[in-house]
Amino acid sequence: MAKKYDAGVKEYRDTYFTPDYVPLDTDLLACFKCTGQEGVPKEEVAAAVAAESSTGTWSTVWSELLVDLEFYKGRCYRIEDVPGDKDAFYAFIAYPLDLFEEGSITNVLTSLVGNVFGFKALRHLRLEDIRFPMAFIKTCGGPPSGIVVERDRLNKYGRPLLGCTIKPKLGLSGKNYGRVVYECLRGGLDLTKDDENINSQPFQRWRERFEFVAEAVKLAQQETGEVKGHYLNCTATTPEEMYKRAEFAKELDMPIIMHDYITGGFTANTGLANWCRENGMLLHIHRAMHAVIDRHPQHGIHFRVLAKCLRLSGGDQLHTGTVVGKLEGDRQTTLGYIDNLRESFVPEDRTRGNFFDQDWGSMPGVFAVASGGIHVWHMPALLAIFGDDSCLQFGGGTHGHPWGSAAGAAANRVALEACVKARNAGREIEKESRDILLEAAKHSPELAIALETWKEIKFEFDTVDKLDVQ
Amino acid sequence: MPFQSTVGDYQTVATLETFGFLPPMTQDEIYDQIAYIIAQGWSPVIEHVHPSGSMQTYWSYWKLPFFGEKDLNLVVSELEACHRAYPDHHVRIVGYDAYTQSQGTCFVVFQGR
Repeated sequence: MAKKYDAGVKEYRDTYFTPDYVPLDTDLLACFKCTGQEGVPKEEVAAAVAAESSTGTWSTVWSELLVDLEFYKGRCYRIEDVPGDKDAFYAFIAYPLDLFEEGSITNVLTSLVGNVFGFKALRHLRLEDIRFPMAFIKTCGGPPSGIVVERDRLNKYGRPLLGCTIKPKLGLSGKNYGRVVYECLRGGLDLTKDDENINSQPFQRWRERFEFVAEAVKLAQQETGEVKGHYLNCTATTPEEMYKRAEFAKELDMPIIMHDYITGGFTANTGLANWCRENGMLLHIHRAMHAVIDRHPQHGIHFRVLAKCLRLSGGDQLHTGTVVGKLEGDRQTTLGYIDNLRESFVPEDRTRGNFFDQDWGSMPGVFAVASGGIHVWHMPALLAIFGDDSCLQFGGGTHGHPWGSAAGAAANRVALEACVKARNAGREIEKESRDILLEAAKHSPELAIALETWKEIKFEFDTVDKLDVQ
Repeated sequence: MPFQSTVGDYQTVATLETFGFLPPMTQDEIYDQIAYIIAQGWSPVIEHVHPSGSMQTYWSYWKLPFFGEKDLNLVVSELEACHRAYPDHHVRIVGYDAYTQSQGTCFVVFQGR
């Protein structure tokens, strides 16, 4: 029966709070951690979030009656307390699939984390998790190659990939930069990385870098007999410029390029991922700006959401933190989202921060990249935490070696292989880490010196963003 | 101490991917690694190639993959048989993972000259 137009302001909960609703398999589900202004009932806050992130606006409008709102509206279907935080609660919201353009992460985020985050009735709001329905996942391109294909292209099996970022991160000329790449790769690293800050600055224009790096990669490959690569950062001022750089990397026969997906934006990222899929290029993804968005426990977007979004938008490797290094990251939480990068099904598990079952279907997996303040002593823990489908990157831990980058690279490679060998032989590598590394150092002076150099370095600060548990 | 005497000269080495930076494994250590392949549910495969072709994607199979093989000794004796038949070839063992259609692991057991 047709409704009549009744101008005015209704309470959001009359329309958008529906605790009896059973979500459909095709619904996109979201869990928000909400902290309302004092005196506003939870149901009203939750319904406001559902409304403002879907069809609603503050006032009833006549044109709503042209629409079947029941078909399009987002609904808050559940509210839960947040353990250990009496001011906040979780609101679970179901969005009909047709609210989103096919394959557009940009569109999903514009709705879910758009205007609603500035809403005055809320003190804080955090998007904790999204359950993407299979019907949406199937419209996304995902990783251009994925873990399996990347291993085949790089010929690396049975162990994590080993990499490092070229340092100092700014200021090197193209030729000197290529030298550092060459030193790392000849020393035993698989991959080196442009620092995210390196785009095309006056001291080193991108074409200079690409050419010298390509020479370094090819030479190291020839001399070591192993497959090598360097993530050439194609993040640029405009999409046109980004594609130009990607094309040149392909012309140079390089296996992998790089993009910064949050500063560059999801639209650019999805476009570049599509280009990579069509051109047989691997894509490494950096995540600058993520901590601005994901670190505050009450406000922003949890990184597990940003990680899921990247898997859908496209990337073959994504930075995930290290748990043990200089940057923030809780172990269980990290395991929760690296599962979402790599597995085909991830069950709901609050002890890992996963709020929903997430079925990825046939979407390829993404390598988890651990980078930032790690060194050889961390190797056993890194292997235990991240497993084989990861890329471990030691920047200072490579270039800081007293004999230089090549020896630093060799030290890391020996340490990594010793840990893999010990794990496969059934040893408990975290407990026996010291013995494993010292044994390996007996036949590697490079490792012995690295162990001596970094023996006292620890980064023991409490995590700011913890899982909500009591 | 002067700089030059404390800094070592790192010489590039040609290596053969996984475990290429470790010393050759003992018999027992090779057993452990094969036991790991079998315990993961992977199929052992033996491949060999003349060192001049070590960067080829495809090395020659030794016979066929040992699908479902659980006997460590048999795998080791096949590795040795391959090495005897092609003493100048690199011989590697692969753990073939049918679920991912990838190689769970792969490393060179005997280096040819």
